[in-house]
Amino acid sequence: MKRRSLPVKNLIRRPGRTFALILLTVFLSLSVLGGTVIVSSLRQGLNSLEARLGADIIVLPSSAQSKVSFEKLFLQGTAGAFYMDASVLDEVLQTPGVEAAAPQTFLASLKADCCSVKIQVIGIDPDKDFTVRPWIAESYAREIGPMEVVVGCKVEAEVGEIIRIYDERCKAVARLAPTGTGLDTAVYCSMETMGVLLQAAEAKGISHKITSDDDSRISAVYVKVREGADIDQVSSRLNSHIRKVTAVRTRSMITQVSDSLAGITRTIGVLIAAVWALTVIILLIVFAMMTAERRREFAVLRLIGMSRRALSGLLLTESTLCSAAGALIGAAFAFTLVLPFTALIEQSLGLPYLTPDWKTVLGYAAATVLITVLIGSISSAYAAWKLSRTDPGTALREGT
Amino acid sequence: MALRADNISKQYFRKTGEANFFSAVSHVSLTLDPGTLTVLTGRSGSGKTTLLHMLSGLLPPSEGKVLLDGADLYAMSDADLSRLRNTGLSVIPQARSALETLTVLENVLLPGALYRRKDQRAEALHWLEKLGIGHLQDARPAALSGGELRRMAIARALTQDGEILLADEPTGDLDDENTALVLSTLRAAADAGKAVLLVTHEQDAKDYADCVYRMNEGEMQACI
Repeated sequence: MKRRSLPVKNLIRRPGRTFALILLTVFLSLSVLGGTVIVSSLRQGLNSLEARLGADIIVLPSSAQSKVSFEKLFLQGTAGAFYMDASVLDEVLQTPGVEAAAPQTFLASLKADCCSVKIQVIGIDPDKDFTVRPWIAESYAREIGPMEVVVGCKVEAEVGEIIRIYDERCKAVARLAPTGTGLDTAVYCSMETMGVLLQAAEAKGISHKITSDDDSRISAVYVKVREGADIDQVSSRLNSHIRKVTAVRTRSMITQVSDSLAGITRTIGVLIAAVWALTVIILLIVFAMMTAERRREFAVLRLIGMSRRALSGLLLTESTLCSAAGALIGAAFAFTLVLPFTALIEQSLGLPYLTPDWKTVLGYAAATVLITVLIGSISSAYAAWKLSRTDPGTALREGT
Repeated sequence: MALRADNISKQYFRKTGEANFFSAVSHVSLTLDPGTLTVLTGRSGSGKTTLLHMLSGLLPPSEGKVLLDGADLYAMSDADLSRLRNTGLSVIPQARSALETLTVLENVLLPGALYRRKDQRAEALHWLEKLGIGHLQDARPAALSGGELRRMAIARALTQDGEILLADEPTGDLDDENTALVLSTLRAAADAGKAVLLVTHEQDAKDYADCVYRMNEGEMQACI
């Protein structure tokens, strides 16, 4: 019999009480870590979206239902195809306040070899592009050659693998880093390759409102505004001077996402705070009740020579052990429930969602475990203090 | 080691009629010398247990002092008093005093474990055997009868081996045979040099005592 084994024996041999205490802290740890990972992933997704858009204004054909389709493409990866004449690019470049403009052409694939769902193929002009190339350069330093594609991280194709899009063989030359946006399911190629794919689609009878010899169509123009120019003014000019297009400030798109994110973050924050408050109150009540129930036991320990300090230490050790066990189990549950279902959460929230790297997630887990243990210990501290003030003689008499 | 109560009293707050306080023990003086067995009798509610708790350092008196070899128990720090309760004073409480999460043997060994004393397993098993519950060493208290629990508490106090032994109705749940066994064991402890105080209703206890006090409504009558 060793003194330090006493709290462990007390916990193991009172399984019901111990289970209840652990369950409470599991709930606390699970909600805190799960909520933190979700909020952090949403924030990181927004940052990534901001970084990947890389333009001040995006010009789209009015027929593209304006930014609605575009947001779907960015946020949910919904494949889409909308086109405007390539001459729009020159008109944009001639608009006062525009520093640079880069065209992109979108093509929604049929079910490609690589993918179980339709993917978005995006053609870029390497000479003009300033939005996607820096990002691609992180994974692929060379130019994208003919019939070469760079795939988003969620496209199921290995580097070097041949994927077939409209029966055209394209070689995956690089895989992009995750963004947490719809762009993760996109495939990038040069405008030259895009022309081939558009013709192949036409040959398959897929109408994209283009003719087979028409390679002068683009889907979007990304605009960088000259330093010092008013972005709203430039946007208005583009809308008024160029026919059948809509110029959208990327900031307004991000602001909407940011607003949604703030709402979700607030809701999750309130829920976490409510769980915390509720758990602390319940723990305080549980420890108070437990201490009252164990008054005689504690009086006996005092009777045989346990000091007030040692008795408080015993109670704190028991609560710390329970809290630590609950915190670890809760963190494990959070990993099991939140991380494997990233795609589902992303889909149901409809917002950019980028899980932080494992070091950050482990950091969150460590902080959650620490906070949960602290809460468990602090909740029992009052009971321990009150207990240390109890007169053992009176407690012994009460049960006679 | 001698334990002395010097004119101690204990009052509890209790609103009865015009009085606000109830006097459980009133101006009691008593000395427990080594090698003696002192018996304390009296009707229920006469203040015996309150006196024993004050003597054992568990309940501070409202007035007076409890002195162990001249040192005031209640002037000691909690740490010192706790250590004294572990090493110098052994108490057999009246009420159920087993820790339910420990086995009988673990309960008996617990006082020694608190201050990392030498392994007392042999002594513990000796006292459990002597008191007739050696076969229950691995049982949990919930499986024991009242009499067995009482003997477990006695074995714990004897294993603790304090020079002062304070027993509060240790024969309360016992049959005649076990009562005689416990009384003779306490007598042997006194003969071995311990100062023993036995609070009891047991008439036969007088036969084992060096001195018998009787308490009545908080006051103590002289040694018979």
